[in-house]
Amino acid sequence: MDFDFVFAWKILPTLLYATRITVLATAVSFVIAIFGGLLLFSLRRYRWRPLASVVDYLTEFVRNTPFLVQLYFAYFIGPQFGLDLPPLQTGILVLAIHYSCFMSESYRAGLEAIPRTQWEAGVALNYSRLQIYSRLIIPQAIPIIIPNAGNLLIYMFKDTPFLAAISVAEMMQAATRIGSEQFRYLEPITICGVIFLALSLLSSVAIRMADRRFGAAWR
Amino acid sequence: MTAPSRPIAISFDNVCKAFGNTVVLSDFTMEVLRGEKIAIIGPSGSGKSTLLRILMTLESIDRGAVTVDGDSLWISKGGQPSVQPNARGVRAIRSRVGMVFQSFNLFPHMTTICNIADAPINVLGVPKAEAYERARELLARVGLSDKELAYPRHLSGGQQQRVAIARALAMRPSVMLFDEVTSALDPELVGEVLKIIRNLASSGDLTIMMVTHQMGFAREMADRVCFLEGGRLVEQGPPEEIFTNPQNARTRAFLRAVLEAQ
Repeated sequence: MDFDFVFAWKILPTLLYATRITVLATAVSFVIAIFGGLLLFSLRRYRWRPLASVVDYLTEFVRNTPFLVQLYFAYFIGPQFGLDLPPLQTGILVLAIHYSCFMSESYRAGLEAIPRTQWEAGVALNYSRLQIYSRLIIPQAIPIIIPNAGNLLIYMFKDTPFLAAISVAEMMQAATRIGSEQFRYLEPITICGVIFLALSLLSSVAIRMADRRFGAAWR
Repeated sequence: MTAPSRPIAISFDNVCKAFGNTVVLSDFTMEVLRGEKIAIIGPSGSGKSTLLRILMTLESIDRGAVTVDGDSLWISKGGQPSVQPNARGVRAIRSRVGMVFQSFNLFPHMTTICNIADAPINVLGVPKAEAYERARELLARVGLSDKELAYPRHLSGGQQQRVAIARALAMRPSVMLFDEVTSALDPELVGEVLKIIRNLASSGDLTIMMVTHQMGFAREMADRVCFLEGGRLVEQGPPEEIFTNPQNARTRAFLRAVLEAQ
């Protein structure tokens, strides 16, 4: 089977159009996950232990079950519990929750990397609790969190083809549809791979730039 | 020993403190007068650092009372656990106390000058220009004017510790605590740090409490040397007395061991 460039050229606009959905789902979910992760992280540190433990278990549960299972659960069983969203919204929600749990781990790793003595130095200079976090701990944790969060962004991006399973018209779904209609899978799937590769590499560059901007000066 | 007119800067009154089953301070009582320079010596685990950390509010106590400039930091409840005054009271006391740590603890994400000026700006509300000007003065005082924009990781241990001293002084404390500030330094860097502390001690009414293993320095700088062992104040007195004619057998044994090693 030879790669048909003319065919590839013909289907490229359709695939690029579907890429919009892939990028949209990733971007929206990631932004939610940044804040959702922070929320989960804060709850896991909450003083009232019962709440903290419950959130802890939920986070572990989500982290240790497959994304596809969670997606099916939300889409097919969710309506019975009043969660009745269109496919794309469901997909974004599940992606966001799934990655919020991983993000909360990144925050934890980042903050735990800051030695206790930094906190003590802050107390000795009479900073308030809030200032110790905002001026001392968080600025030092961010450079540790960024590469971690960047990896999660790329994993998340690569998980978007799962959304095809609940009929979201993202890139992979468009590719398989073309394949089944034209009886040619080589070109659409290859193009999909190339688009994923290109966008992943682009994100890596962006992450590296963010990393350089927010950390390298003092490390 | 000291003129009675001088007010009491710090008092520990029957302070007990344990970490789990390990007793760190046991019925510890001691007073420090304003402007007094105290050297605290003793074997490791004797409670020396804990004493300073209690004053810096980094450590709680179990029983007893602690005051700074007459204000309570810990209030004795007899047989019950001691309590602290409200948070505002604790913060007010903390603002009068500065501390320099064994491991410097500079903020790695800030330049030298920001390390010094950040707390005055954000905690005391000093205008930026004024805080930076004062930070520059302090940097000059510790001999690091040329390192203003360096990050801590580019400085030697001795330089970092000098910045840490400047950083603590920027908050204008009336009590300075030095917790084994030269223990983490290479031998050739100890002198530059001690020189700064010597200048501080000789120029003014700062109350100084210094935990140290540098016996020569303790002897030269301190008005009073306190020997701690097992959470108790075993012996105290003017340096000449403690170092030349210690009364307590344990003090003698400790000094002999330390001086032999040096």
